[in-house]
Amino acid sequence: MVYRLAKKDKRIYFIGSDLGYGTLSRFEKEMPERFLKEGVSEAYIIAMAAGLALEGKIVYINTIATFLTRRCFEQIVIDLALHKAKVRLIGSGGGLVYAPLGPTHLAIEDIAIMRAIPNMTVIACADAKEMEKMMPQTVDWPGPIYIRLAKGNDQIVSRGSFRIGKVYQYAQGKDVLLVTTGITLQLAMEARKKLERKKISVGILHVPTLKPLDKKTILKIFKSYRAIISIEEHSLTGGLGSSMAEIISEADFADRKFFRRLALPDEFPAGYGSQKEQLVKNNITAGDIVQTAVKLVK
Amino acid sequence: MLAQAGRGHLASAFSITEILLVLYNHILKYRPNNPEWPNRDRFILSKGQGCLSYYAILAEKGFFPKEKLTSFCQAETFLGGHPEHAIPGVEISTGSLGHGLAVGIGMALAAKRDKKHHRVFVLIGDGESNEGSVWEAALYAAKHRLDNLIVLVDYNKMQSWGATKEIVDLEPFADKWLSFGFAVRETDGHDKRQIYSQLKRLPFKKNKPGLLICHTVKGKGIKMTENNPEWHHRRDLKGEIMQNLYQGLEDYR
Repeated sequence: MVYRLAKKDKRIYFIGSDLGYGTLSRFEKEMPERFLKEGVSEAYIIAMAAGLALEGKIVYINTIATFLTRRCFEQIVIDLALHKAKVRLIGSGGGLVYAPLGPTHLAIEDIAIMRAIPNMTVIACADAKEMEKMMPQTVDWPGPIYIRLAKGNDQIVSRGSFRIGKVYQYAQGKDVLLVTTGITLQLAMEARKKLERKKISVGILHVPTLKPLDKKTILKIFKSYRAIISIEEHSLTGGLGSSMAEIISEADFADRKFFRRLALPDEFPAGYGSQKEQLVKNNITAGDIVQTAVKLVK
Repeated sequence: MLAQAGRGHLASAFSITEILLVLYNHILKYRPNNPEWPNRDRFILSKGQGCLSYYAILAEKGFFPKEKLTSFCQAETFLGGHPEHAIPGVEISTGSLGHGLAVGIGMALAAKRDKKHHRVFVLIGDGESNEGSVWEAALYAAKHRLDNLIVLVDYNKMQSWGATKEIVDLEPFADKWLSFGFAVRETDGHDKRQIYSQLKRLPFKKNKPGLLICHTVKGKGIKMTENNPEWHHRRDLKGEIMQNLYQGLEDYR
């Protein structure tokens, strides 16, 4: 994807931080001047990318999500965000993707810390199709962007058009609204099928852009539901659920809303296994959504 | 500036005054009436706490009116305790240490790729060189063969808490930079002629980033501020203390 964008736009640079052998080899071969093969030096890479961006380049950086956010946090805040540098941070393995590699490699607070930075844009796509529609828009988007990647080869569930900063209604219902970001859209769609069988009418609101947040539309949609459940592959602290809670608590709804967050507990995940096994262990599955919804609408 | 604000990193500024004077009087290419002129040499004051001298020189050169200087650190000013990129003539915001060198590498690399001839100067501190990010960046300046990058080190051998030798000794300092692939030179950082003669012909060596160690005295120019860690940063600049400073400056002349 970055290859295709770079082919069309000479301002685009790519920086990899000690990636796997052969990554983007076509880019490297055809545009070596704009392909920077750097080492395990995230702080340097972010600041250096800021220097390139201040000279008019648009820089895409890829490495493992947690190293791209935590390791170089101050460089992101000061060198990128303060200067509105057009640098795109593409974090591989957001959430629990690197479960077999343990807690050093998990990115379960990335959305929280990126969301706290002024001028930052935060995106988590549901699948490759949504990514494909999103990426061309990153070229001219102002300021830095954090893009949280999923595992890859995730089930394609997204549809329709895509604009950065917009939220998408995948279903309209009456009883409960499921709010998703990233791959939890597929969990919500699965849960909806099960809930409809139980005669519970379910809406789905997909929030791929976590910052800037389309609060106006979210509020409008929230109004027509009594129960709202947010689902995310992220810590309870500071992610999708937190941002929805912020909106709900300041909304002064005339009626009472019932709100629950399905997210990872505020602790380091124990054990290893696969991403899916960790999601099951932490009660972030379609079944858990169904259970939570049933209890809420009773 | 100090009298109005009552505070500031005076000693950090005094140790770089001559370096900045040589750069802005003789070395850097710039246009004060067009600070964004694409062919300008880029200058980054990575040790942002040295901004008092920097602001004075930028104002002297006409980047902004001198009257603005007295607004230093006031609520509505653009001249804060560390320089911001919104100030005409300032490339990037600094203050948190250890950022400027890597950003400068990005700028120098962009110039190389675009086949442009301007140069990038980054002034760092010795205390700043405690930051791992300085050495992380240093690893890459030689890799990219950035002979359009000149790093100036304000080596006053003092940091906020005391002598660098006591906090963490940087020696052998020149050897460290040499081994990272820099072309290294040293100068008396208060002798303008010497600084100029080192910088008049660049690069130091083709295909290598240059590094000039400037041996300086923190708080240079006033007896009570020289090599005195109490003067790294002060918030009590009024009354008698200011009078003593003014007197000290008179004596230096």
